[in-house]
Amino acid sequence: MTFWLLLTVNSVTFGGLLFLLSAGFALIVGLMRIPNLTHGSMFMLGAYFGTTLLSGTLGIRFSFWLAALIAALEVAVLGALMERLLLRRLAGQQLAQVLVTLGVSFMVADLCLMGWGGDPISVATPPGLAGFVRVGSAVFPLYRLAVIAVAVVFAIALWLMLERTRLGAMIRAGVDDPQMARVVGIRVSQLFTIVFALGAGLAGFAGMIGGPILSVYPGLDQDMLPLALVVVILGGTGNLLGSFVGSIIIGFIYNFGQALLPELAYFILFLPMVLVLVLRPQGLFGGQIL
Amino acid sequence: MTSRSIGACVAIAVALVALPYAIKEVYYVNIASQILLYAIFALGLNILVGYAGLVSLGHAGLFGIAAYIVAYLLSSGHGHAVAIVTALVGSLAATAGFAALSLRATGISFIMITLALGEIIWGLAYRWISLTNGDNGISVATRPAPFGFALGDARSFYVATLIVFLLAVAAAAIFVRSPLGAALCGTRDQPRRMNALGYHVWAIRFWAFMFSGLLTAIAGILFVYYSEFISPQALALTASAEALLMVISGGAGTLLGPIVGAALVVIVKNVASAYVERWNFMLGAIFVAIVVFMPEGLVPGAMRLTRSLFRASGRRKAAPVAAEPRP
Amino acid sequence: MTRKITSGKVSRRMLLAGSAAGAAAALSGFPAPAIAQAEPFRLGLLTVKTGPLAQGGIQMEQGVLTYLKETNYMIGGRKVEFSSADTGGNPAGTKTKAQELVERDKVDVILGPLAAFELYAISDYIREQKMPTLSLAAADNLTQRLPNPYLLRASATSSQAMQPMGHYAATEMKLKRIITLSEDFAFGYEQMGGFQAAFQQDGGCIVNKLWPPLSTPDYTPYVAQIGDCDGVCQGFAGSNPLRFMKAYASAGFKFPVVTGETGGDDALLKSYGEEAIGLVGCCPYTIDLEIEANQRFINGMLKNFETIPGQYAALLYVNCQVVDAALKATGGDANDKDKFMAALKAVNLTDTPRGPLKFDHLNNVIGNFYIRRIGTEGAKYGLKLWNKTIKTYENVSQFWAWPEQEFLAHPVYSRDYPPLTKC
Repeated sequence: MTFWLLLTVNSVTFGGLLFLLSAGFALIVGLMRIPNLTHGSMFMLGAYFGTTLLSGTLGIRFSFWLAALIAALEVAVLGALMERLLLRRLAGQQLAQVLVTLGVSFMVADLCLMGWGGDPISVATPPGLAGFVRVGSAVFPLYRLAVIAVAVVFAIALWLMLERTRLGAMIRAGVDDPQMARVVGIRVSQLFTIVFALGAGLAGFAGMIGGPILSVYPGLDQDMLPLALVVVILGGTGNLLGSFVGSIIIGFIYNFGQALLPELAYFILFLPMVLVLVLRPQGLFGGQIL
Repeated sequence: MTSRSIGACVAIAVALVALPYAIKEVYYVNIASQILLYAIFALGLNILVGYAGLVSLGHAGLFGIAAYIVAYLLSSGHGHAVAIVTALVGSLAATAGFAALSLRATGISFIMITLALGEIIWGLAYRWISLTNGDNGISVATRPAPFGFALGDARSFYVATLIVFLLAVAAAAIFVRSPLGAALCGTRDQPRRMNALGYHVWAIRFWAFMFSGLLTAIAGILFVYYSEFISPQALALTASAEALLMVISGGAGTLLGPIVGAALVVIVKNVASAYVERWNFMLGAIFVAIVVFMPEGLVPGAMRLTRSLFRASGRRKAAPVAAEPRP
Repeated sequence: MTRKITSGKVSRRMLLAGSAAGAAAALSGFPAPAIAQAEPFRLGLLTVKTGPLAQGGIQMEQGVLTYLKETNYMIGGRKVEFSSADTGGNPAGTKTKAQELVERDKVDVILGPLAAFELYAISDYIREQKMPTLSLAAADNLTQRLPNPYLLRASATSSQAMQPMGHYAATEMKLKRIITLSEDFAFGYEQMGGFQAAFQQDGGCIVNKLWPPLSTPDYTPYVAQIGDCDGVCQGFAGSNPLRFMKAYASAGFKFPVVTGETGGDDALLKSYGEEAIGLVGCCPYTIDLEIEANQRFINGMLKNFETIPGQYAALLYVNCQVVDAALKATGGDANDKDKFMAALKAVNLTDTPRGPLKFDHLNNVIGNFYIRRIGTEGAKYGLKLWNKTIKTYENVSQFWAWPEQEFLAHPVYSRDYPPLTKC
């Protein structure tokens, strides 16, 4: 019983973290049609920035949540710069986009190694969330429950942004039909910068939120990127609900798959992905894939 | 081909043959062999990426299957001929499987299916320990001696690799110029129109995939004989990505591009890394610089630049260079 | 990256108080410092400085540099020319870099590589080239059933630390039923095999063995399977021990956890949090060994790199000491590879950061292994946590308590050997 409870809660936690990671990714792929292979690097950068803020910069020590938000902002700025300086000129050139995003991810990985050394850095659980909730014989760490709450808050905020604001309307229009959006006077170029920065910032935020669970280490980018890809394949692109459901499904597959079918640990994420792609190339929830 | 370009080809071939005898250090001969074998790999991948417009991130799986079959059969006592032929057949069968699954989609879905298949093969190499010896890998004790020509030392192995490489280049050139190659480019640019014109788009892509898989398998066989060792790392996603980077950085959809790209990556990884501590950063920066200055890749980019220079000096200003839609 | 020597000053400090003389005696008739060596001694290092394995790889280089700085770049009376090569952590790169060191840089000895699969990739090559190689990598069989005459291991086999750990867990911690978790690769299998064999020999029982893949972002799915036991043995490496201990603590488990050389490595002390308190590990090196050689090494690491060393740095430092002793024994001559290899094997030191060491006839180290418990008491160098030695096993060989013949008659430790028995 403990086993099932523990895994169920953890599946949702992990799914929540994946949602924070992949929501921005889905928007970027859906709106801009860019296979953004720097997304794992943004996750890792957010975590590294956050740990530095947490341990004190310029004599100021930030609280965990403030550090996460500032780290997210920093990563968002980097994302905006990258879109303006590099991706801007590559519209429609998918091969060049693959090359430049992989190139940047190599550079980020090596810069992190230079800046923070190779030692793994553990991120302390924010004080107040270090305890446990007891349910019968099972205990649940408060922090993992908090991650679920954060993911839900962000999901609602993103949904409201997409549905209720002008920016959201423009993004939806852009995802549905980029040509048409341009015709009706949406400044697509500005929109692209905003969405790319938003996606990068969300990934950076996720990196810090994931810190107390995953810690930060060289190679974290490569561990997370495939997970974001898998979520987007399942959930479809440019589709918030899809990302959310896809993340939770992957959370469950990851947790229960590894626990119940350890022999298939290496395939557990990719087999469902192949099945979905072969049977339903547009993803489970429609949306477009290039 | 004009007689001049044939002359140039012959000159290059002679220079390549003379190379190992001109270089004193065995180390650099080995680097040259590596460049050639990775160039074959990149040429194979380029058939899909450059000419079919299908980006595969799972080719290291096909590369690895060929390498593992050779290593496994040799270690269980079979001869080289059996090992090589079985490796080619086995790898082609796997390629057919890859193609059947992945050609249901194009674009990003195609990338993702090939990526997932590549990861599954990698997982098998890792986990199927009774066959692959897990991450400890399989060592290959001997290299073959075709027609009594022993390939044990670096120079003779280079020559053998060179011969295979030249054959592969010729085959790729013939393929690209054949009606099938032309039709393949058609499916890349105008799949619907090709379909309407009565071409079987799926079959054209399938055979291109098979040819791509054949070159990849040949490169995998050369690889296992070159390094005399195979382990799952050779099949990892990073290996697939590296091959893709070779193709794109050199110039997808050109014959010379993947060769230049292979040389670039092998040299930065193995030679420049002895002088530059942060070589991984440098490699990334080179890719970014390539995209900034010649987004179509090194070879087409360099050709464009020389052409516009030539024109600028010849007549008036160079014509404004529009970003070419596709290589 | 070849660092050439500018200073010709010879450090007269006698570093190796131990019997380098023993090695010299083995080759007596060789007038020790007589041969004047104009040529520098070329020292090569295969390490990993990029990618996920870089943590250990960077420490390896720092260990070597600490030794070279201490001796003013003099080894065995000769100037040292040091070449460090980054393999990138993959076998193909390791082979190429080994060729670079051997064929281009013409090194006299190779230190490294780091990982077992890297060592397997170059094992045949170093045999062909007769290149003395002092490996850090712990591929058991290369000093057991498939020995390589040019390979010397002054670190440990994968199972060497885990066998005393198994003994300690059964006899002193009085654990009866243990679940083991380690990465799904040879280093993990060999570690856990060693633990299981020794633990069961002393009356313990392994309830289950779990093998998460090498890159597992969250260990909770595996932690959830822990149960029906009174202890846990984890054999993770790199950054994985950190994440495992977090997931384990998050699930609320309180069973004692034991671990091996990578899971309890001193370099992780600054990364671990409270969840690691109480973790018992066995390691061939310990930062709290209070002898002069260790203090000198730690001070060097702090001074040169502001880094608290772990076993990767320490064992490479020890490798340098072994090379130094052997070169002194041959009077500075490393040209005859077989003679130099014999001198390396004959090295017998007492004054190293890991304590005394010598080699068995299969070229693997016989040395001390330290059982430590992580706590806060006695922490130094600004650390919050500290590894406190609670027992020292002296002169531990790779065969542990078994006679060599009996040990080698078994297959090499693997995923399925020793098999799980009912209990």
